[in-house]
Amino acid sequence: MSEIHEWRVAELSRQLQAKAVSSVEVTQHLLARAEAHQGLGSFLHLDPDRALAQAKLADAQRSDGHAAPLLGVPMAHKDVFVTEGMPTTAGSKMLAGYQSPFTATVVRRLMEAGTVSLGKLNCDEFAMGSANENSAYGPVKNPWDVTRVPGGSSGGSAAAVAARLVPAATGTDTGGSIRQPAAFCGITGIKPTYGLCSRYGMVAFASSLDQAGPMARSAEDCALLLSAMAGPDLDRDATSLDVPARDFTQTLNQPRAGATPDKPLSGLRVGLPKEFFGAGVSTDVNEAVQAALAQLTALGATLVDISLPRTELSIPVYYIIAPAEASSNLSRFDGVRYGHRAAAYDDLIDMYQKTRSEGFGDEVKRRILIGTYVLSHGYYDAYYLQAQKIRRLIANDFQAAFQQCDVIAGPVAPTVAWHLGEKANDPVASYLADIFTLSISLAGLPGMSVPAGFGEGGMPVGLQLVGNYLKEPELLQTAHQFQQVTSWHTASPKESVL
Amino acid sequence: MALTSDDMRRLAALARLELTPEAEGPLVTQINGFFDLVAQMNAVDTTGIEPLAHPTDAMGEAVALRLRDDIASEPASEAIRDTNQRSAPAVERGLFLVPKVIE
Repeated sequence: MSEIHEWRVAELSRQLQAKAVSSVEVTQHLLARAEAHQGLGSFLHLDPDRALAQAKLADAQRSDGHAAPLLGVPMAHKDVFVTEGMPTTAGSKMLAGYQSPFTATVVRRLMEAGTVSLGKLNCDEFAMGSANENSAYGPVKNPWDVTRVPGGSSGGSAAAVAARLVPAATGTDTGGSIRQPAAFCGITGIKPTYGLCSRYGMVAFASSLDQAGPMARSAEDCALLLSAMAGPDLDRDATSLDVPARDFTQTLNQPRAGATPDKPLSGLRVGLPKEFFGAGVSTDVNEAVQAALAQLTALGATLVDISLPRTELSIPVYYIIAPAEASSNLSRFDGVRYGHRAAAYDDLIDMYQKTRSEGFGDEVKRRILIGTYVLSHGYYDAYYLQAQKIRRLIANDFQAAFQQCDVIAGPVAPTVAWHLGEKANDPVASYLADIFTLSISLAGLPGMSVPAGFGEGGMPVGLQLVGNYLKEPELLQTAHQFQQVTSWHTASPKESVL
Repeated sequence: MALTSDDMRRLAALARLELTPEAEGPLVTQINGFFDLVAQMNAVDTTGIEPLAHPTDAMGEAVALRLRDDIASEPASEAIRDTNQRSAPAVERGLFLVPKVIE
């Protein structure tokens, strides 16, 4: 029997079902492992008492005949999801010690499905960053090479899953924050269609972009988790889609309509945007992605050349819209209702200014300033409105592309994970590295990162798969079939590195 | 048109942020660096294009947004109020305390 921490969610579910192991045993094992690997920086809060109580309950429920697939499966949550009974910081000093009076819908649903919460995971402050170096609580290290970044903003989630501290974690993705860290850490993650998972209880960054999703070690695991997380939350989130909850595991193993078991992806047209394969992509990443595309072809898929002509424009468009929304969302942090308040000040305005200046980190301040500028009188039309118009054109480009293909494939990021500190003082360099994930977020489309081999320095490469609205089943099926004939998703970082 | 230190101070005041003199210089350089990237947006012809404020608006009619009934959905009690105010920096008898604003 392999080590408990090597079990993926689906495997763990089978072992728990067969009573080969109890949830308490698994939880104890993973808590000890998380404790031993605190140096990675992935956990901000571990809650052994609470986790063990939940595990005991899960075991008791199983004895009573309950058999939900996630019953007793331990996981952890990105610290932007508010949780009753556990602190929530969003990676910010502003929320040090904050205790939410309620629990985010996504977390609540996962708990109702029987999962055990081990604790909260590090992330970039208010989910703003691509390297997890913007956390007020220190950086997260990449388990494949601890001198490199894990990606961001869900860097703690990706590192914890890759290091086998947890089989799964929640993440959020505003411009790539699930897909890029999943790629950098060699795990599988899906950002669903905007509105599929409730935003209730997710600390807001950019509300027209923020979306929750699962991060795990296979497409099958993501399907299991997403089935529990997704679904309408109409009274709590005005942008929650009124689409019935689905079981995303149902279609994973089915060949596509008309396909045969040996060519399960026959009939699948995979679009390759020429803008995703140009000079901006490093050779190692391109090679790994090309090999993955060859695998998809071997499974029966056909490759189609497409164009997403405004890919480069997605960078300024995103970095205007997201900061504009952030500057508005983060105005709530005023030192009055919750969070940090400066110790000394002259009057109310001075209290606001000192509180916010002490509580926010540099990147958050930069984005608030950019957002304030592009929304200010005289600049609104030229920047914010123009960005929203180009956002429409970007969404239209995808719809034109989906006339020619069923899914779009390409790299998640232009390179593998870079070294800690490498881009820390150059925010624009970090923004440029988000080029392949931003347009998908702007359009609100579902996107995945699937492990597709290794590049420079033995670092993981992610294949990005993008579907049309609500086509998560097709994406997960494609990724699952790919993972039936590849083993990249089963590779583990060396224990000695951790 | 590049932003100056004066512009930056004005924006900081609007955003209720205080910038230290040491932070101001690098910030001006970084934000101007970002706006060099934004310049390419000017060349895009968006005549007659409706702004897309929200992706749901691009998803077609099947997923139209809706409004819920305008009624209070949360129960109210002093105990709940106290729980909601638990993380507030300064509270007295259920009220948030702020520095004096009226003499």
